[in-house]
Amino acid sequence: MGRYVIRRLLASLIFIFVVATAVFLIVRVLPGDPALLLLGESGTADQATLAALRSRLGLDVPLSQQYIDWITGIVKWDLGKSFFGANTVQGLLSYHFPKSLELIVISLVLSALIGVALGIQAALRRGSIIDVGINLLAAGGISIPVYVFGLLFVLVFAINLRWLPANGYVEFTRDPLRHITYLVLPVLTLSLTQWAQIVRITRSTVLEVQREDYVRTARAKGVPERRVIWLHVLRNALIPVITIISLQLGRSFGSMVLVESVFNWPGLSSLLISSVTRRDLPVVQGALFLIGLLVIVINFVTDLIYGVVDPRIRYE
Amino acid sequence: MGDPIVTQKTIWISASILLIIIVLALASPILPLPDPDAQNISARLQGPSADHLFGTDEFGRDLLARTIRGTRTSLMIALGATLLAAVVGTAIGTIGGYFRGVSEFLSMRLVDLLLVFPPIVLAIVVVGLLGSSRLHLMLVIGTLHVAAFARLAYGSTKSVQEMEFVQAAQALGASASRIIVRHILPNILSPLVVQFSLSIGAAVLLESGLSFLGIGVTPPDASLGLMIGRGRGYLYQNPWYVLWPSLILSVIILCANILGDSLRDRLDPRLHGTR
Repeated sequence: MGRYVIRRLLASLIFIFVVATAVFLIVRVLPGDPALLLLGESGTADQATLAALRSRLGLDVPLSQQYIDWITGIVKWDLGKSFFGANTVQGLLSYHFPKSLELIVISLVLSALIGVALGIQAALRRGSIIDVGINLLAAGGISIPVYVFGLLFVLVFAINLRWLPANGYVEFTRDPLRHITYLVLPVLTLSLTQWAQIVRITRSTVLEVQREDYVRTARAKGVPERRVIWLHVLRNALIPVITIISLQLGRSFGSMVLVESVFNWPGLSSLLISSVTRRDLPVVQGALFLIGLLVIVINFVTDLIYGVVDPRIRYE
Repeated sequence: MGDPIVTQKTIWISASILLIIIVLALASPILPLPDPDAQNISARLQGPSADHLFGTDEFGRDLLARTIRGTRTSLMIALGATLLAAVVGTAIGTIGGYFRGVSEFLSMRLVDLLLVFPPIVLAIVVVGLLGSSRLHLMLVIGTLHVAAFARLAYGSTKSVQEMEFVQAAQALGASASRIIVRHILPNILSPLVVQFSLSIGAAVLLESGLSFLGIGVTPPDASLGLMIGRGRGYLYQNPWYVLWPSLILSVIILCANILGDSLRDRLDPRLHGTR
C-alpha cells in the first residue's frame, strides 16, 4: 500500500503543477486589458494614468516573471491581491469557500445515501413499477437543468406555500435555525442532480454483478439471499459506485455555481462570477486554481479508497 | 429499458419530438407569430391569453415568439459547438490512437486537463474574459466537448486497429490517412453518433446555464437560459415567464439524452440485457 500511495501522490503533485500552469495561461493570455477596462468607466484615460495603474496592479511585469511569482506564490499559499480593495486572494477564498463546501458536502451525503439505496432497490426489482418509476425520476433528474429545479422549488415552497425563504444567507453562528431554513432549498436542488447519476450507476452495476458466476455459485450453494446481496453483490459493485460519487463531487462545483446563483448563496461561485465580470484577474486565477486543486485532491483520495476496497488495484 | 421493442419506441418518440422542436425553431421566421421584439409596455407580464398564448414578458413582448426564437438560438449554438467538438475530437482521438507515441501522450494529457474542471466553470472564465458572443460561445462549448469525442475515438480506434482487415490494409501498403478514413472511421462511427446526441443535450445545457448567469447570449437576443435568468426576477408577477422556456429546455435535453441512451443500447450488443 505504501508504494501505491507514494506513486499516486507524486502523480497528483505533477498534475497540480500542470493545472496551475494551465490556469495561468487561461487567465493571463486571453485578450483584454484589465487596466483599460478599469479606467474605461471614468472616461478616456491618458497614457500616464494607464501606466501608473498597470504598475500598481503588477501588470507591467513581464509574463514570465508573473508566472514565476504565481508558482512560487502557490507553494507559499500566497495567491496575490485583488485588483479591488485590500483583500488578499487567499483571504477571499477562505471566506467564500467554506460556504460552498457546506452545500456540496451535505447534498452529496444525502444524495449518495438515497441514490445507492434506491439504485439497489431498482436493480433487485428489475422491470417492476418501482424500477420504472425510479428510472423515470432519474432521467428527469439528469435532464432538467439544476436551476430550473431551483426556481420551481422557490415557486412552490417560497412563493406559494411560504414555508421557506426564497433566497439569502444567515451565518450559522448568528442564528442556527434560520441558517438551516436558508440551507434547505439549495441542498435539495443540488442533491437532485447528483442523486440521479448515482441511482443509474448503482442500478446497472448491481445488475451486472448479479450475473457473475460467483453470485450464482453462492446462490446455488444455498447462501441466504440477504447475505448474497450484502457480501457478494454489493462489495463488488462498490468500485463503480465510489467512482460515480467522487465524480459527482467534482462535478458539483459546476452545478453549485448555478445553485448559488439561484439562491444568492455567498459561496465560491458568486466570487468567481463577480471577479470575472470585473476582470479581477488574481481572484479569477485563484478561484479557478482552487477548484482544479480540489478535483485533483478528490481524485487522489478516490484512488486511495480504491486501493482499500479492492486490493488488486494496488498492484497494477 | 433493455427491452428492444421499448428501445425502438423511445428512439422514435424522442427523435420525433426533437425533430418537431428543431423544425419549429428553424421555421420561426415564416411562422404566423407576433414579432418577438415588438414591445407593448401596457400589456407587460401577463399570463397566457388568446392574444398571447404563452403570456408576455417585462416589456410586453410575446413569450411564445420569444421562446421559439430562444430555442433557435440555443439549438444553433449547440449544433455548431457539437459539430466542432465531433470533428476536432474525432481527429485527435483517431490520430492519437493510430500513431501512438508522442501524439498519443499529448492528446490524452490534454484531454485529462480538460476533464479536471467542471465545464461550466471553465466556460464562465473563458467566455467571461473573452466577452460573450454567439461565436465565442460556440467555440468555447465546442472545445469543452472535444474531450468526450477524443476519448471515445481513441479507445475505439485502438480496438479496431487490432482487427485483421486493418492489418491486411497495412500489409497491402495502404497509407495511414487511407486506413483511418476508409477502414477505421466507418467502424467507430456508431459510438460517435451516440456521443453526438448526448453532446447536443450537454451543449444546450451548458449554453443555457451560461446565459442564465448572464455570461452567455446577450439581450436583446433571446436564448432559453437568458429568458429563465431574466424571468426569475418576475417569479411573483408572472411565473409563466420562467416556466415556458424551462419546459422547452428540459424537453430538448431529456429527448437528446433518451435518444443517445437508447441508440447506445441498440448499437452496442454487449449491453443487451444489462440496462
